[in-house]
Amino acid sequence: MEPAAFLGASRVLIVAGKGGVGKTTVSAAVARLASSVGMRTLVVEIEGKSGLSPLFGRSGSLSYSEVELLAASDAEGGVSARTLTPDDALLDYLIDHGLKRVSKRLASSGALDVVATAVPGLRDILVLGKVKSLEKGADADLIVVDAPAAGHAVTFLTSAKGLLDAFRVGPVRTQAAEVAELLSDPARCQVMLVTLPEETPVNEMIETAFKIEDRVGVSLAPVVVNSIYPVLEGLVEGDAGAGGGGRAAEGGGGLAVGAGGLAEAGRFRHARQELQAAQMARLAEALPLPQLHLPYLFSTDLGRVEVDQLAAALAAGIEALPDHQGARP
Amino acid sequence: MTPAELARTRSVLICCGSGGVGKTTVAAAFALEAARMGRRACVVTIDPAKRLADALGLGSLSNTPTQVELAVPVPTGSGPDDATSAPAGPGGAGGAANEHRQGELWALMLDTKTTFDELVRRYAASDQQAEGILDNRLYRNLSQALSGTQEYMAMEKLYELHTDTRFDLVVVDTPPTRNALDFLDAPRRLTRFLDNRIFRLLIMPTRAYLKAVSLATQAFLRTVSKVVGAEVVDDAVAFFQAFEGMEAGFRDRAARVETLLSDPGTAFVVVASARKDTVIEAAYFIDRLSTSGFETANLVVNRLHPRFGEPGTAARLRAEGRDDDLVTNLAQLEAVGEREEGHFAELAAAVAPAPVTRIPFLADDVHDLGGLEKVATYLFAD
Repeated sequence: MEPAAFLGASRVLIVAGKGGVGKTTVSAAVARLASSVGMRTLVVEIEGKSGLSPLFGRSGSLSYSEVELLAASDAEGGVSARTLTPDDALLDYLIDHGLKRVSKRLASSGALDVVATAVPGLRDILVLGKVKSLEKGADADLIVVDAPAAGHAVTFLTSAKGLLDAFRVGPVRTQAAEVAELLSDPARCQVMLVTLPEETPVNEMIETAFKIEDRVGVSLAPVVVNSIYPVLEGLVEGDAGAGGGGRAAEGGGGLAVGAGGLAEAGRFRHARQELQAAQMARLAEALPLPQLHLPYLFSTDLGRVEVDQLAAALAAGIEALPDHQGARP
Repeated sequence: MTPAELARTRSVLICCGSGGVGKTTVAAAFALEAARMGRRACVVTIDPAKRLADALGLGSLSNTPTQVELAVPVPTGSGPDDATSAPAGPGGAGGAANEHRQGELWALMLDTKTTFDELVRRYAASDQQAEGILDNRLYRNLSQALSGTQEYMAMEKLYELHTDTRFDLVVVDTPPTRNALDFLDAPRRLTRFLDNRIFRLLIMPTRAYLKAVSLATQAFLRTVSKVVGAEVVDDAVAFFQAFEGMEAGFRDRAARVETLLSDPGTAFVVVASARKDTVIEAAYFIDRLSTSGFETANLVVNRLHPRFGEPGTAARLRAEGRDDDLVTNLAQLEAVGEREEGHFAELAAAVAPAPVTRIPFLADDVHDLGGLEKVATYLFAD
């Protein structure tokens, strides 16, 4: 499948996964790739983290107003980014509803906290409502949402349904209905789950995938498996077969081992390669979604060059996908 | 202070760090080690991976400590080479030298809602008041929707277990929120919520001098009602009515929890991995703890890639004309090792003079007592 077609399938792409699996990195790689096929891309950071700028070789943190991370040109659609925290979204909502005058008082008196608590999921729904209004605007071809960490991602995405059940009328219900509509329309929004090829993150991804698909009816994009050791073949000679590989690497893989580390290093890598392959196979079996694989990068910390590499790996993975993507029963 | 000293001498250990660095595992390993030293330790986990939870006997949320059956304690002093798990068997025989008592390991999975319910029951003037609060819709949302509530309940549970004479040591894992140090502000945040002026004004007895304020407030709330719906405001008013008179108890409790955090028997352990983003977060935690008047007693750097052979071996082999997968692999692992060493140095500088402890990247996830023991052998190697 062509990356342009893949990324053009919906205007909103929500990137979600357990903490530490590399959601921000994947968001950056997706945005980088989208820009390279000419799409104007906006990354929306929900938790106010600031790890995104360095991935585009920029310094400084993100803010509520958009900042440019990659300039648009003939070849590039350009990437910009902004934060969108629940508190920001709530204030925006009040202002949009003619409450600009009291919004300050609401915030300073703490009444905002009370109201947001009285309506569970209100903050989430307002964030998603804001994403929806960004989607309606014509400023970006692709909006990549760097979602909250996994456990919260389920709450985040199910907030609309919860509110629809709780409210029969009123502006909150309207907002929730619009968000639910956005989330369940594969032509407008998809969720891309990210994991590592390790047991716990894989388990959590499987659980999250079923929960959000069942409860929200979102369309799941292919899943991303991040930080995979590129497979090297000639690592072990004869005897250190599959079964003993793990133990051997652990036994020898202490923090300091003597000289002649070549063989031990090989066994360590081999054991991890096998474990990663096993986890990816397990994931494929439990979750019938295509996988996009991103390599672990050994040499340096992630920066602009590395994000380019990851975007290229993503493109290769997408090109290998069959053309009819996303339409599974 | 070394992890072993912490496990031996402290009564409260708080493990903090960003998500995905292995906080739960480290917290559980601390409790396990203390138990093997003959202490009675309880670990409070927030959101353990399922298999680890099963291994600790935490099949479901219980909110009360469950004792974990320990294998025969292995003699202390086993180095990283001795990574095989101890033989299974009932506790009793053997045990660490110079300990009179058999250690115990207990575990609990935090149930925020139940912890809060218990707190309400404790401070309610009557059963009727407690039920009124527990039934209120806003209250039912509180534990999920008010940010910081989970953190506060973790601290509340910690306080409760600390005062429980069954335990010598309580180890607490902190919630994996974006700001993993929310628990420092959580008690104050909740009391601020309960003290909310606008809603409190509404429920005050009507006195002439308050009437004007109250009218203005009511107008304000009417405006709010228009946006979020009247039932929301009604719920809120009912909640504060039901809560009337309990704020002092909550404030007092929150103050005692805060005091416990600064008790000399309490120590903070920051858990990090040697990745750039988590290094930045960990440095922030250390700084934030210190500005709040807490010292980081130990920094645990988890998931370090092992080092193989002499540094520069791969380059030397390449210079000798060898270039196969084994050499490529060694070169790559050397590069990772060097990079991580750089991050490690940064972290060590940030936390100095507190010591730093290394745990290597194990070949498998930790999901049973054997895995915890393996982590413990590195954590308590000194």
